[in-house]
Amino acid sequence: MSEMAEALLRVEDVTVSFEGFKALDKVSLTVQASGVRVVIGPNGAGKSTLMDAIIGRVRPLSGRILFKGRDLGALAEHEIVRLGICRKFQTPGILSNLTVEENIIVAAKRNRGWRGTLRRAISAAERRRVDEVLELVTLGAKRLMLAAHLPHGAKQWLEIGMVMASDSDLLMLDEPAAGMTQHEREKTAELIRGLASRHAFIVVDHDMDFVEQLAAPVSVLHMGRMLREGSIDEIRNDPQVRAVYLGRAEDELAYA
Amino acid sequence: MLAAAAIVLPLLAPLYLGPYNLALLGRFFALSIVTIGIALVWGNGGILPLGQGLFFGLGSYCLAMHLKLAALGPGEIPDFMQWNGLDTLPAMWLPFKSAVFALAAALLVPTALAALLAWLLFHRRVGGVYFALITQALVLAATTFIISQQPYTGGFNGLTDFGSLFGFPLADQRTQVGLYFVTVAVLALLFLGARWLLATQFGRLLRAIRDGENRVRFLGYDPASYKVVAFAAGALLAGLAGVLYTLNIGVISPAMIGVMPSIEMVVWAAVGGRDSLGGAILGTLLVNFAKDKVSSAFPDLWLYLMGALFLVVVVVLPEGIGGWLSRLLADSGDRVRRTMVMRPMTAAIDEVEEKPAAQGSSFK
Repeated sequence: MSEMAEALLRVEDVTVSFEGFKALDKVSLTVQASGVRVVIGPNGAGKSTLMDAIIGRVRPLSGRILFKGRDLGALAEHEIVRLGICRKFQTPGILSNLTVEENIIVAAKRNRGWRGTLRRAISAAERRRVDEVLELVTLGAKRLMLAAHLPHGAKQWLEIGMVMASDSDLLMLDEPAAGMTQHEREKTAELIRGLASRHAFIVVDHDMDFVEQLAAPVSVLHMGRMLREGSIDEIRNDPQVRAVYLGRAEDELAYA
Repeated sequence: MLAAAAIVLPLLAPLYLGPYNLALLGRFFALSIVTIGIALVWGNGGILPLGQGLFFGLGSYCLAMHLKLAALGPGEIPDFMQWNGLDTLPAMWLPFKSAVFALAAALLVPTALAALLAWLLFHRRVGGVYFALITQALVLAATTFIISQQPYTGGFNGLTDFGSLFGFPLADQRTQVGLYFVTVAVLALLFLGARWLLATQFGRLLRAIRDGENRVRFLGYDPASYKVVAFAAGALLAGLAGVLYTLNIGVISPAMIGVMPSIEMVVWAAVGGRDSLGGAILGTLLVNFAKDKVSSAFPDLWLYLMGALFLVVVVVLPEGIGGWLSRLLADSGDRVRRTMVMRPMTAAIDEVEEKPAAQGSSFK
């Protein structure tokens, strides 16, 4: 019981099936209240589906997902998010016709019912949070720019900023470093490490170099199953993991 | 300066317009109120409404029923009922003897119906082209129903020959001028109200939902509730427009609220610039004055011309006249304009839920 209470997120034997194809096959995963968990795996391994299942975008055929001890199965997506989970999607999910600042404001808002929105000003606490996050993702100078006009790397940062602004307990980042320069990747890893003392992260990425910078335990998904869990070194030297990646994307592990 | 002109010109219109054109302007200002609603619902909310004629018509008919009754002597029933063999007033007509009830119904009935419809559909994630088609089907059903129930509704001919409202004889020229000013005042108030709404956080969220409904949902919002409120507000505006239009023109019939008028309303918004409130008024005036002039000279030509106009706007001016004008103004000044990144006109239509259908998934 005490262990139950400690874990922030428990994914228990979750199976997700798309018309018979098992995208996730009895996957289990436990995430504590702080720290980073990296999930890697070849394309189609089920990484994004795992995040989809956690946030309610797809529903498990069997198994269950507990967040803060609560079964997420009966909750709508926005209700799951309100419990304290926020996710960055693989393709930048920013609001193009809003300014950079407005994107963060929408994410930072605490009262998300429509009745609370019939006024112009946001609360002082929300304003502080917005400024803080803009500073954190170094977009302060571009706050009045339309999000659509940001360069690709900055769009990624904006969405990471939105996830941060939500101040959720669990932050899920799907390929946060995709399309970023080496320098931007380093900054992203640094940002995540800095916040990992207060938040739990699940980070999905292909880039082993980036994953290494996160210095966090790694779970390997393969064909919808949890193949291995361990430190980055254990994973890199695991023959089964190497076999999975061989012939698929040898390079992904080669320089790791 | 432009703003000053926009305030002064309509107020002085009775001085420089003849009675005919003043009457037209009054009607078109009334119609602009529908278009403001469409700018809210479509331009800012991304919901294409192809059946605003339904809500417009509900407002019109609620008021017209009262006007019809107010014109009667004691014990009389409306002429069309007599022709259709009725000898007593149907029960559903009775409360409309009260002007206050009729006005309240004209605003509440369209709003409530729209809220219910939107609530049922948006919570089931029916959106985009499906929602648009359902609104269109409803307006078709409504006009068919009105035509088929001639003894109770006046049928195809609609309701006309009104007497007075609150004791003011509608045919009187002074009443007409007064009505013009009432219309302008109501339009101005609603314009400011809509502008306030779009400037609030609600407006920002509405635009956010238009751009990325899923993104907003996964930030912990329930997009459906925002869309329901916006759609109901659009219907309220349509109902109000119906009331003022009927007062200005003195008649309402199914042909004025059917499928074609509903589509025309969307064209006014597109011409003016979907998301622009000033553009909504401008587009309505422009298209309707053009319609009046063209169809009196070449009655058969108007529909083709309107189609061509719509095409030109879609291809050449996707931001409409409103968007084009404000860009022009921004270029001449040093004001930073927040150019809307226009998606194709059909984007709101094509939007398909990208949600993968997993087995065992359930929508509640």
